[in-house]
Amino acid sequence: MINYLIRRIFLVIPTLFVITILSFGISRLAPGDPAELKAGIGANQNLTTGGKDLNEKIIEMIRKQWHLDKPVFYMSILEEFDDVNPKSFWQRLSFNWNGTKNQYHIWTANVLKMDFGKSFRDNQPVLDKIKERIPITLILNLISTFLAYLIAIPLGIYSAVNQNSMWDRISTVFVFILYSLPSFWIGTMLIIFFGGGDFFDWFPYAGLYSNSYTFMTPWEKFMDVCWHLVLPVFVYTYGSFAYLSRQMRVGMLEVIRQDYIRTARAKGLSEKVVIYKHALRNSLIPIITILAYLLPAMISGSIIIETIFTIPGMGSLAFEAIIARDYPIVMAVFTISAVLTLFGILLSDILYSFVDPRITFGKKTV
Amino acid sequence: MKATGKSYRQIVTQQFKKNKPAVIGLYMILFLVFTAIFADFFANDKPLTCVINGEKFYPVFKEYAVDLGISNWNVDQINIDWKELEYDSAVWPLVPYLPTNLDYTARFQSPGSKHILGTDQIGRDVLSGMIHGTRIALSVGLISMGIAVLIGVFVGAIAGYYGGAIDIIVQRLIEIMMTIPMFFLIITVVAFYPGGGIWIIMFVIGLTSWPGVARFTRAEFLKVRNMDYVTAAEALGFSSLRTIFKHVLPNAIAPVLVITAFGIASAILTESALSFLGFGSATTVSWGSILSVARGATYAWWMAVFPGTAIFITVTIYNLVGEGLRDALDPRLKQ
Repeated sequence: MINYLIRRIFLVIPTLFVITILSFGISRLAPGDPAELKAGIGANQNLTTGGKDLNEKIIEMIRKQWHLDKPVFYMSILEEFDDVNPKSFWQRLSFNWNGTKNQYHIWTANVLKMDFGKSFRDNQPVLDKIKERIPITLILNLISTFLAYLIAIPLGIYSAVNQNSMWDRISTVFVFILYSLPSFWIGTMLIIFFGGGDFFDWFPYAGLYSNSYTFMTPWEKFMDVCWHLVLPVFVYTYGSFAYLSRQMRVGMLEVIRQDYIRTARAKGLSEKVVIYKHALRNSLIPIITILAYLLPAMISGSIIIETIFTIPGMGSLAFEAIIARDYPIVMAVFTISAVLTLFGILLSDILYSFVDPRITFGKKTV
Repeated sequence: MKATGKSYRQIVTQQFKKNKPAVIGLYMILFLVFTAIFADFFANDKPLTCVINGEKFYPVFKEYAVDLGISNWNVDQINIDWKELEYDSAVWPLVPYLPTNLDYTARFQSPGSKHILGTDQIGRDVLSGMIHGTRIALSVGLISMGIAVLIGVFVGAIAGYYGGAIDIIVQRLIEIMMTIPMFFLIITVVAFYPGGGIWIIMFVIGLTSWPGVARFTRAEFLKVRNMDYVTAAEALGFSSLRTIFKHVLPNAIAPVLVITAFGIASAILTESALSFLGFGSATTVSWGSILSVARGATYAWWMAVFPGTAIFITVTIYNLVGEGLRDALDPRLKQ
């Protein structure tokens, strides 16, 4: 067991490395010079655009400040194109070791110190912006995950125990339809039909609070937020609910077919004890561990849903950053969500190995 | 084998046919393919055939011929509005508009007799956009999964067949790919390279969805690799590549079909979501881009209901076919 844990944790390192490379790579390979972009934004905000000289000086300054004048990676195999002495591709090809004074190293070292730099747009530390936004996304996801499990587990069990009954068939079709419904469509439809379109104006369609929020009593505040959360939480929930209840049904069906369940029945135990004591425990293992793999789906879900419902969470922060090409934020959100998922999966694997002693590591029985 | 007298393929086909929803799904896919291929004949701003001053024309066919370079427009027919002409007689397509036809006098019209499913913010016909959008949806599914299957099968086959260090590296790679928030990565790449249009979307979806294919192929190869016929092939001195792709792969391809069907569904979903968020190609009308208009105009319910239904149905039928295939391949169901 200890051996497994050590090896499993050790395997996180290459994954982390690839995540940082990818995150860094996307932003550096994108067309356009980040320094010019930053200078452009700066000029719009608080600088009057001077002559060409001044602009170039600003760009030069920004380049230095953001380490953009340093080599990109530890090594390079292609010399930079020189406008004055143009060389052919083959002549430029030469291996160069740049040492640790390179952009990737500086960025990664800072990330390890939890310093994600400053936003290109408003110079706020990226981490502060994320800290401000992440609770909203987390709370929304926690509520919806909790609700999804709460409904999916009993429904899956009931369907499996009464397999091929009328109820099982209806719920299977219903869940299948839910599973295929695109969340961005359902979100838009809910806003159009229930959120202040030309139809029923039942729910607010944007934000988390009403305008009069500050003047409300605590109870009213609570109700106000709940009222705002109905539509987004619904959209968040139904997809994972559909997925979970399908998994629960399949898992339960598999467990019910096992020999030990037949033994339990043969012993004359009541059906209730057989299902809820013997079968349920084992059928819950996969569905709990799925939680970690739901995480990436939640992150992409929050980008879509928070954008539709204008909720100021991580998803909409990422969306805005992508549009504005605010590289530091994009890189930070990407890295943080990948690392969260990575540790989620690690945790679920470790839990799995504790709960299910049949799991061994490295030995494949074909 | 002799006892049943049926090949593996026949058994699977038979099992699949028992699954009514999956069979219906397959027919609906055929219908969508038909719509996509003949979109120009269902929705076009030119008549299919017409008679002008006693002379017969086939403008839609003619356009194909001109695009192929085997014919040229008559001088008086270049850049004309075919609707303004006076005809002796004319046969129009079902929907007499192209998705690119603007009409500023008919903005945001709700469904009616002129525009059956209404118009958008610049007067483009929604039904026409949906008919032509079938092409985008199907080709995104097909091309991106085509890329994913090519990479995934190759990587999975190599890992499963050779095992050892290659297998460990591939497994790590698959694990890494599963940790990465793919949708976020896809949006970022598509947003950072805006010039690529629909092609970059297909490409990126393909490049990010191969791990699923690789996993299934690898598992299948692990199962098959120690079988007698593989040993026989090796004993005959066949090269590894020949053994892998000619002998093992045909026996391992079935589960890949299942994951491909599900993959097509999710690729279509991803492309629609991208277009919905405004990262799609600016020049092509897709279901997602029609739906995205509804975000800013909540009274235009037709802009949300129809394209959304199309996405939903397409995703559902691919999922149905995938499920049908998976069940048909499940050996436990065999009698």
